[in-house]
Amino acid sequence: MLKVENLHLWRGERHVLRGVGFRLEPGELLHVAGANGAGKTTLLRTVAGLVQPEQGEVYWRNKLAHSLDSGYAEQLAYVAHDAALKSDLTAYENLVFMVGLRHAVADSAIGLTLAKLGVAHCANLPARALSAGQRRRVALARLLLSEAVLWILDEPLTNLDAAGGTLVLGLLDEHLAAGGLALVATHGELAIRSDRARRLELT
Amino acid sequence: MTVRTGVLAAVALLVRRDLRLAFRRPSQLCNPLVFFLVVTTLFPLSLSPLASQLRDIAPGVLWVAALLSSLLALEGLLKSDAEDGTLEQMVLSGQPVVAMVAAKTLAHWFVGGLPLVVISPLAGLSLGVPPAAMWVTVEGLLMGTLTLSFLGSVGAALTVGVRRSSVLLSLLVLPLAMPLLIFGARATDLAIAGEGAAAPLYLLGALLALSATLAPFAAAAAVRIGID
Repeated sequence: MLKVENLHLWRGERHVLRGVGFRLEPGELLHVAGANGAGKTTLLRTVAGLVQPEQGEVYWRNKLAHSLDSGYAEQLAYVAHDAALKSDLTAYENLVFMVGLRHAVADSAIGLTLAKLGVAHCANLPARALSAGQRRRVALARLLLSEAVLWILDEPLTNLDAAGGTLVLGLLDEHLAAGGLALVATHGELAIRSDRARRLELT
Repeated sequence: MTVRTGVLAAVALLVRRDLRLAFRRPSQLCNPLVFFLVVTTLFPLSLSPLASQLRDIAPGVLWVAALLSSLLALEGLLKSDAEDGTLEQMVLSGQPVVAMVAAKTLAHWFVGGLPLVVISPLAGLSLGVPPAAMWVTVEGLLMGTLTLSFLGSVGAALTVGVRRSSVLLSLLVLPLAMPLLIFGARATDLAIAGEGAAAPLYLLGALLALSATLAPFAAAAAVRIGID
């Protein structure tokens, strides 16, 4: 469903992505591993379409992902290092906006998702009053509400406590069981139950 | 089945969000406005309070002050969204980037440009602009500030990845704003002299139509490069 072919990207003099390619089918997860600076974030941003590769293509359902009729952006959700929240808006307002850009969303759905992620009490707090872990949980709520098929997660476990880590792994398992795709970058291990997880080591 | 958000609904959502954000920080909202009033009152204080002399410089002072105070707020047009990562989420939302940029520009004008237009008669009064000429000035500034916001959105998008970009931004936008200044000040000038100011106003309208239709595309392209 997602096919990435021979990506090359230079950052100044550095050849960051050197012919990276992989395929992902429904229910599969690709764990992108590698040391700091190995290009994990760059790969994720390139696959998401935020960065244009110098060479190589990303295909979604056998169409070029950046072509207009591929519907790629609608089926993709990207959670970056930072939670992408407006600090002057409440967690709830942030979600209403960010999810609302994609599709209509009911208030009850937002409340339920925040409760699922254990941050229901933060809904009406401005995002600047939230801790890094709480911000991450709100960002994950956005991910769930986006109803995307392809999840692209950059270090989803940072700033989360042990319970939060288990929660994220559980969400990933659920997503894969429902036929979703996931591209996850972490420098550590990713202890998920699904046996359809592969590992891509960047050097 | 979920219903995809249409472009217009997305634009409305973004405008509402930006207005809400602006009103959460009222001090930033007032800064360009106060700057505009202070600059326009500095001239009568420093030159001479002679009404005839003030009337001669009034068009230039009004327009230059409006230009500079619009520039003040321009840096924040896209920068804060770029810094906290919400800009790239907007790009990934599947909505056209052009519409997102245009919505942000409109919201920016509502809080930064429109208030200037509204208080410009006050500033005009302090410079001895006759009430009869005020309406032309307001009309001109209405189109002028909106054009500036659109022009500025291109500059803001180009400098989105640059740190401390305010000087660079001014250097990019001010030359583009020169035609605006020429026709805008001319319109006020003609109105003060009691002549018909339709010609420069039409030209301002043409500039507005041009920038409103072309600038969002340039800004969207620059945003895509900027978040790279």
